[in-house]
Amino acid sequence: MNAPLHLLLIPLLPLAGFLVNGILGRGMPKWMVTSIGLLAPLAAFLLVLNAASSAFGIGSAATLLPYVETCPIPWINVGMLHVDFSFVLDQLSLVMLLVITGVGFLIHIYSVGYMHDDESYARYFSYLNLFLFFMTVLVLAGNALLMFVGWEGVGLASYLLIGFWFQKKSAADAGKKAFIVNRIGDFGFLIGMFFLLANFGTLTFSGIAAQLTGNPAWQGGILTVIALCLLLGATGKSAQLPLYIWLPDAMEGPTPVSALIHAATMVTAGVYMIARTHVLFDHSPFALGVVAIIGAATALFAATMALVQNDIKRVLAYSTISQLGYMFLGCGVAAYSAAIFHLMTHAFFKALLFLAAGAVIHAIGGEQDLRKMGGLRKKLPATFAVTTVGVLAIGGFFPFAGFFSKDAILYAAFLQGNNGKILWFVGLLTALLTSFYMFRLWYLAFMGEPRGEETHPHSTPASMLVPLFLLALLSIGGGWVGIERFATFLSPAVGASLTSSQASGSHLELILSILAVAVALIGWFIADLLYRQNPSRPSSIAAALPACYSLLAHKYYIDEIYGAVIVKPLLAFSTFVLGWAIDAGLLGGIAWFIGGTATFSGAVLQRWQSGNLRSYAAWLAAGAAAVLLFIVVPWSIVLANLGIHLNVAGH
Amino acid sequence: MNSVFTQEVPIAWYLLLSAVLFALGVVGFLIKRNLITVFMSIELMLNAVNLSFVTFAHQWHAVKGQIFVFFVMMVAAAEAAVGLAIIIAVFRARATLAVDRIDLMKL
Repeated sequence: MNAPLHLLLIPLLPLAGFLVNGILGRGMPKWMVTSIGLLAPLAAFLLVLNAASSAFGIGSAATLLPYVETCPIPWINVGMLHVDFSFVLDQLSLVMLLVITGVGFLIHIYSVGYMHDDESYARYFSYLNLFLFFMTVLVLAGNALLMFVGWEGVGLASYLLIGFWFQKKSAADAGKKAFIVNRIGDFGFLIGMFFLLANFGTLTFSGIAAQLTGNPAWQGGILTVIALCLLLGATGKSAQLPLYIWLPDAMEGPTPVSALIHAATMVTAGVYMIARTHVLFDHSPFALGVVAIIGAATALFAATMALVQNDIKRVLAYSTISQLGYMFLGCGVAAYSAAIFHLMTHAFFKALLFLAAGAVIHAIGGEQDLRKMGGLRKKLPATFAVTTVGVLAIGGFFPFAGFFSKDAILYAAFLQGNNGKILWFVGLLTALLTSFYMFRLWYLAFMGEPRGEETHPHSTPASMLVPLFLLALLSIGGGWVGIERFATFLSPAVGASLTSSQASGSHLELILSILAVAVALIGWFIADLLYRQNPSRPSSIAAALPACYSLLAHKYYIDEIYGAVIVKPLLAFSTFVLGWAIDAGLLGGIAWFIGGTATFSGAVLQRWQSGNLRSYAAWLAAGAAAVLLFIVVPWSIVLANLGIHLNVAGH
Repeated sequence: MNSVFTQEVPIAWYLLLSAVLFALGVVGFLIKRNLITVFMSIELMLNAVNLSFVTFAHQWHAVKGQIFVFFVMMVAAAEAAVGLAIIIAVFRARATLAVDRIDLMKL
């Protein structure tokens, strides 16, 4: 007997928080806003913990997963389309929920300190709660349409929070950019959903999975099309090639938002979606290959761009894109559990890094330029310590969390048939770059001597430090679950993983792990060489390779290329063809023509209204005569005599 | 008993007379300029129609047509009262009864 888990409440509580803070927040005292804003995610987190404990069978008989909760009122019931508000808790959504509400709650706490002086305090917390609402809907959704609701909703929350300081033009623009780029991905998701409905007759994930597992011979074809459409959606949301361009700009938002939405949770929705629909991808090797290639390419590409960024948050943004690339790579080699494992550990250490960066920015008065930092280890020892943990975790050093998850993905890639070795090598190279740019950040911000004007960092409040320490603990210990146990746990939801089934070759795995750590050490060593021992070397290298450096510093000119190839022609098309020719010319012309005709005929008919009584009478008499003529004369006979035969009904 | 006086007048003659009277009324309405003559033309048309009503009522032995004639006469009487009052009012205001001049309502 399953105890009720109240899944519906998990999204609804943050929604209530959003409504209360959003509508009444302006007039409420700050402590009330804070407590409502914090209680909603806390309650959701506790509900998730309760669900988790009942799923693991702690205290009572274990709840059988997947646990489905359906709202008794159907949502859409038209023809063949039946969609319910169904919430599904399985191993996959449980892991995601733990990460989202757990990390989300920590970031809420952190925000209390970080946003303390902001005048739109209530608005901030209402948006943050709104995000949690949509994100939990996305994760709990039992069908693609409900997931799409969450999917769009987190996009909305992301837009609102990126443009939170909308008085700043760059922030408002960044919000719009994120939203519009995501529309392209959402378009793919929608098309994929239409195909799903047309081919499966249902949108529930379990129904689709049942049909596919019942028909193992069904490979490729339309499934590849569906998978690629869904992949387009995933690349938009998860900032993969070619739709990654919005994420670096999204750093215009408040730093806790970057941590929560643009590092830990929302951007991983694409990975989650692929894992959720993994049955489709399993039936389409081509689509899986595309996922892997996109993942590996994005990982490497973004890592190279992170090398030369000077804005501390942008380094982290590119690093996020790169790490998301790892997750896609994991999905692409069908190691979904490894991808989700990395998703989880990444949520820990990337949230930690962002929050630490936020603490640094907060402490030194809003400065984000790494070149103006330096020597902060003495002034911000606590932040320095947790950042070190985060850097070691993302670099993949044993025994930090990133080591385990990154290793699992690389190992799975290595074992994958044809191109696995190449994918593995790209991943390894990315690991080297990752380690390098993270230590570069570490050295520039915390080591050496202060470079900026002398600042007096004010201390970090406890509300910011506590989440940092908790996340640091998670970044250290989060990986110790181990991929085998994690994969076994997830296997009912995402299928048996490659890694767990081939764990016998543990010698190979050991060698690969040592290689990965060695590569990370090399990255550290290079960073040490360039930024500690010889701080003038980087600029001389940059000067020696001007083309290469400017290519990286300008982010491969991708924004410029997109601007020239897509945005400018689109704008020109809209202005000239749609604006002038279609709108002003055609539509305006038609309107002008219709109006003109009415005016003209009115002017002509006006002459008729002479006021002359006898002319009216004459027209009346003429009309009566005409009617009489029409009635009296037997037209069909007359016309027949003239040789014209009308095709009257009845003949 | 085949003399002219005992023979019934054929129905077509009545109808022809009615049509002629109606046409005269229409033409009078259209070509006469004096308002009173126009008014009389209307009466002429009404009575032309009355004649055909009576004719058909007699032909089909239906009393409805004759009742209709009474209605038309009643309306004509009312119309005459109102119409003459209007004519007097118009004449007082404009000092003319030429229809062509009474065109204040034109656009």
